[in-house]
Amino acid sequence: MVFYVIRRILQAIPVLIGTTFLIYFLVFAMPGNPVQALFGDKTPNPALLAELEKQYHLNEPFIVQYLYYLRDVVTGNFGVSFSGQSVNDVLARTFPVTARLALMAVVIEMVVGVTIGLVAGLRKGKLFDLSSLVISLLFLSVPIFVICFIGQFFLGFKLGWFRTTVGADASIPNLILPAIVLASSLVAINIRLTRGSVIETLNNDFVRTAYSKGLSRRRVIPVHVLRNSLIPVTTQLGADFGILLVGATVTEGIFNVPGVGNTLYQAIIRGERPTVVSFVTVMVLLYLVVNIIIDLIYAVLDPRIRYVK
Amino acid sequence: MTDTRTPLLEVKDLEVAFRTQRGSVKALNGVSFTIEHGETVAIVGESGSGKSTTAAAIINLLPGTGQITNGQVLFEGQDLAKASRSQLEHVRGRGIGFVPQDPMSNLNPVWSVGFQVEETIRANGVATSPRDVKKKAVEVLKQAGLDDADKRMRQFPHQFSGGMRQRVLIGIGLSGDPKLLIADEPTSALDVTVQRRILDHLGTLTGDAGTAVLFITHDLGLAAERAEKLIVMYKGDIVEAGPSLEVLQNPLHPYTQRLIAAAPSLASRRIQGSEQKLGELKHDTETDAGSVDLITAAEERAEHLAANPSEPVIQIRDLTKVFKIRTGGFRSVDFTAVDKVSFEIPKGTTTALVGESGSGKSTVAKLLLGLESATSGSISVGGRDITTLNRRELFRLRRTMQPVFQDPYGTLDPLVNIGNTIAEPLKIHGVGDRDSRRDRVTELLEQVALPVELADRYPNELSGGQRQRVAVARALALKPEIIVLDEAVSALDVLVQAQILQLLAELQSELGLTYLFITHDLAVVRVIADNVCVMQKGRIVEQASTDEVFASPKEQYTRDLLDAIPGAGIKIGV
Repeated sequence: MVFYVIRRILQAIPVLIGTTFLIYFLVFAMPGNPVQALFGDKTPNPALLAELEKQYHLNEPFIVQYLYYLRDVVTGNFGVSFSGQSVNDVLARTFPVTARLALMAVVIEMVVGVTIGLVAGLRKGKLFDLSSLVISLLFLSVPIFVICFIGQFFLGFKLGWFRTTVGADASIPNLILPAIVLASSLVAINIRLTRGSVIETLNNDFVRTAYSKGLSRRRVIPVHVLRNSLIPVTTQLGADFGILLVGATVTEGIFNVPGVGNTLYQAIIRGERPTVVSFVTVMVLLYLVVNIIIDLIYAVLDPRIRYVK
Repeated sequence: MTDTRTPLLEVKDLEVAFRTQRGSVKALNGVSFTIEHGETVAIVGESGSGKSTTAAAIINLLPGTGQITNGQVLFEGQDLAKASRSQLEHVRGRGIGFVPQDPMSNLNPVWSVGFQVEETIRANGVATSPRDVKKKAVEVLKQAGLDDADKRMRQFPHQFSGGMRQRVLIGIGLSGDPKLLIADEPTSALDVTVQRRILDHLGTLTGDAGTAVLFITHDLGLAAERAEKLIVMYKGDIVEAGPSLEVLQNPLHPYTQRLIAAAPSLASRRIQGSEQKLGELKHDTETDAGSVDLITAAEERAEHLAANPSEPVIQIRDLTKVFKIRTGGFRSVDFTAVDKVSFEIPKGTTTALVGESGSGKSTVAKLLLGLESATSGSISVGGRDITTLNRRELFRLRRTMQPVFQDPYGTLDPLVNIGNTIAEPLKIHGVGDRDSRRDRVTELLEQVALPVELADRYPNELSGGQRQRVAVARALALKPEIIVLDEAVSALDVLVQAQILQLLAELQSELGLTYLFITHDLAVVRVIADNVCVMQKGRIVEQASTDEVFASPKEQYTRDLLDAIPGAGIKIGV
């Protein structure tokens, strides 16, 4: 187990270096001088400008700047945002909000998706199965920002069940609507995946053998069907996390949730390089960690996958 | 307590149909039989005969769209065909135990073996407290032949060998102390020696407990040896039923006669036992498939070869293959799969390599084909050492040497049609142009007795036997001199097996092919091979002509293998 974790972490290093390089290069290629942008409409003193450029290593070649950046990442220093706050502070403030939102979305996804998927799989070809197919296709094909607006308008404005925007108070009840919206397309994927997986598992010989042993349906379905069906669903969860991060950026923007996604969205619009680069780096890091964890859960679910003796 | 006058199980006019898109297809057309308390009955037939459907219908677990459309299944007077779900759940396990066919797919891979035994015991109310359940589970597994059961309980199915898993499944089937045990091809996936041990064990267990057994098998020899009563099924009907020996010695239905003639295990006894009868049999009609012609052909060839000894085309000297097995971290242990193996194959003959799984016979085939590289030793084909060839030379060598593998379902690409599958070796080796290749495919299809129209069809539309013919045709495409047949008929029904063996024998005499025939089934060896090498744990323990091996085996291991052929002890007065 320890061996496997170490190997996975070592494998993550080139991925991290590659992605950060790409991000850094893209931000570097953005037009405009970032120091100039700091001053807004005012014309800065050329001497001050040169001094600042030197302080931020902006006069150095790209690769040297990148290496400075890497050093800062390793030492945990993400720099200072335009508003003068340290990026670390901004991360510490926004991260828990997004984590809460993402977790709520994952719980909704798993509970709703697996339940509907299981029932649909057990009733293959029946009315429930077909209507779940139509609804999940609908959610899959509508872009997430449209679902945001629809949710905001009907559930928030017309029915008044939820607050239309979240604002500063990102408590769990306030995050329910954004979480539902965020989970909607993932639920659709999850339903399809669980359904297919359940149908496949039902065809296995061991399910028939379980019945032949005298087990009741109430035992066979959760123990021998659902348990096995969850293996591919869990793997999908890792990939879902990426969709969740992208979705969070849009959803947080529309619902005005003070989370990582919203901050990143604002930073991109304002061209705040340190914030963009740092946030994306943290997101990539998170993505890698989540996927390593998923792989470990996978080993628990499926004993055939033994990483190390 | 048991009423001896009413049978334990009475199946009356049982009809089963499967719904398909083109309407319903009948799988059983009114099957009736009875099983008395403590009796052992076997249902025999080829795949598609309805024997497994019968077994599944009894416990009402028909696969897919299968449904009982008519008839009764009376178990102790209760009609299971009309029973409710909870009534059925009550009968399954404690009334009727079930041992399924394939040990690889019938245990849930995500639960430990102990868990799967324990849940059976709990569901059938044999024990309730966790400690009693565990004790009973260990007991059941020990009974089934798993000696270190308490240690292995926590292991998962993939950590068990096929034979061990089958023991676990037998344990599960018997753990509810059922009155009837249905065993659906319980050992067809196993080696003959393992098969014999497990069946002996099963016989003892059920005999001691007075459990009735219903065997489902395609192996006539096995059925006759194990069961008191034999039921022969063909296309959803019972064509013949009666006491086992009577059915075998005096088969009335032509299908039973064909089945007996094709069964290699029984046929091999016959040439030893009643050679004088061969003459009469040779003039039999076409219904008497394969084996007789095969035997005479083999005999003629043996005489011919004895008169004109030919050059060895394959010479293997001190061949050794060592695998490194990782034990975690960076450590590894050496495992010698093939240990100083030497043998020769004369041109135009068949040498059989026999042994249980794990004996290294398939590794020898891979080394010969150049799919694995040897650790030491030499393999010479047509006088050239192939262990030192570079990639291009190896590529050229493959034109003269082609394989046919075991699984006719796995060796054909489902997305490539038959014509292109057969033409592929020609394409790879750049032989001919499109038209000439198409002509060659037609010629090859004719050679393996398949209709030419099949060229445009896809593998899933073919039966197992047809697929194996396609595999043979593909192997022949490059006009090789040597064909390596790795368990090439093991996955086939007896009748189909006989046909393929016949085809191979014909092709050999027609094209002068040399075969290396790898198998675990000594019964097949008897009808196809000229020479036999018996392998055990990587070494060749015995090496002689087929007649010598069968007439006077020198090694105990060979004798065990011979004894393990089901039905070997049965005399048939044909």
